[in-house]
Amino acid sequence: MIETPSLFSADGLVGLIFLFMIVVTFCGGLLAATADRLVRALSGLVICFTGVAGIYYFLNSPFMAMMQILIYVGAVCVTISFAIMLASPEQKQRRGTGSVLAGPIGFAVGALIFAGMSGLALTTNWQQFDKINEGSVKQIGHELLTTYSMVFELISLVLLIAIIGAVVIARGGRNQ
Amino acid sequence: MELSLLNAFIAVFIAIAFVGANAAYLVWWERKGAGFFQRRPGPTENGPWGLLQPPLDGIKLMTKQLLIPGGVDKAIFMVAPVLAMFPALVSFVTIPFSSSIQAHTIEVGVLLIFAFAALGSMSLLVAGWSSRNKYAMISSIRAVSQTVAYEIPLLITTITVVLIAGSLELSEIAAAQMGGIWNWYIWPFQKSAGFNIFMPISFMIMFICSVAETNRAPFDLGEAESELVAGFHTEYSSMGFGLFFMGEYANIVIGACLITILFLGGWACPFGDLGFFPFTHHVGWFLLKLYLIIFVFVWIRWTFPRTTIYGLLNLSWQYMIPLSLFNLLLTAALIKVFA
Repeated sequence: MIETPSLFSADGLVGLIFLFMIVVTFCGGLLAATADRLVRALSGLVICFTGVAGIYYFLNSPFMAMMQILIYVGAVCVTISFAIMLASPEQKQRRGTGSVLAGPIGFAVGALIFAGMSGLALTTNWQQFDKINEGSVKQIGHELLTTYSMVFELISLVLLIAIIGAVVIARGGRNQ
Repeated sequence: MELSLLNAFIAVFIAIAFVGANAAYLVWWERKGAGFFQRRPGPTENGPWGLLQPPLDGIKLMTKQLLIPGGVDKAIFMVAPVLAMFPALVSFVTIPFSSSIQAHTIEVGVLLIFAFAALGSMSLLVAGWSSRNKYAMISSIRAVSQTVAYEIPLLITTITVVLIAGSLELSEIAAAQMGGIWNWYIWPFQKSAGFNIFMPISFMIMFICSVAETNRAPFDLGEAESELVAGFHTEYSSMGFGLFFMGEYANIVIGACLITILFLGGWACPFGDLGFFPFTHHVGWFLLKLYLIIFVFVWIRWTFPRTTIYGLLNLSWQYMIPLSLFNLLLTAALIKVFA
């Protein structure tokens, strides 16, 4: 039995921060899923990503946290917002309602996934692993260039293809 | 635990005070500088040399009515100015003002600053969009495309320096340049950089990118008054506008801090670690370099006319990015061979 730490001890405070990050992530996701304007949904996504970055930081991995913000907020969300704004400057509102069945079916699927996940979480025999290393940038870089060098190279290949694709699309120039 | 928590609070308090004071008085400094470069006095009426101008401006902004135009997306409209100010505040936490004065030593300090700068560009986007104003939206799209374009050479140049210093931690990068002015990364033929001749060019790229990243003249396309009324903050009044303004100046300070640390040795004394000289690690050197760079920012702003948006983007994509990439490769090769 794990002892519950007092709210005002160091562990309790840390737990509160963890819960706060969970709430931020959850609320961001909820906003992203339910907002009726695209840009609001995007803001929800930003909040969600920031919350996830907070959890990474909490898990002693500042490098991952910073990369999460740099890539997902700084690159992915900015690209999405460009797409939204340049494609349809008019504010797109969700119009009309879906089919009558959409609500119940969605609820059923959600409940099923929730039940499955929580069942899995409760029945799994969780093992606590020791900390492998301090998760420093040096360690990550070392692992990436030795143990996971194949994955690393493949990712750079994917990025290269993306760059070539962008060049091909933009080849016509501005007066295309 | 209690003590470190208290330390953290004090550090955050000092960071906020430093940002606030700088943002307020850099406006005064800018106006004085503008006056100096254009042969007019600048603010003179309030206090000696107009020194009371910033607090009075603050009072004026705070007592003005906060107008929210009809049709704006209220929630996002209200959040955007806060989002503009907050990343700047976070970034200050990791900046080392001397070998001992640093709020929080984080291993990935450089990354933290860039990550939160990205959050800042997000604030410009949502501010322009939520205003429901064509000019504001064009401005925010311009500002963000500019930020995205100049972030790349800025990052690559920073990686070059990180490669030389062998650390992502700002205080370690500064410490690697201790021991005299000739050890700063701005000079060519550094031993630690593998005798790279292009270090001054790296510095120039970094400097130009910092000017462009903070959306300042001659790259202030997002605020081109003659075309776009006032830019992404057209619809903001009172302290909403004030927060954007303060965020802008806070970002300038962060840009200047980065240049100081990456290329000018941070807090390192230019005369080397002389035994008889007491302040060789002193925060004074840092602030001196910092404000010198900010002075050059002001100088540039009031000297050069605004460029065009295509000229601006071409400069980044066609010249700065290839140059900085080439320099990164060269530095990596030279370090492999010589250092």
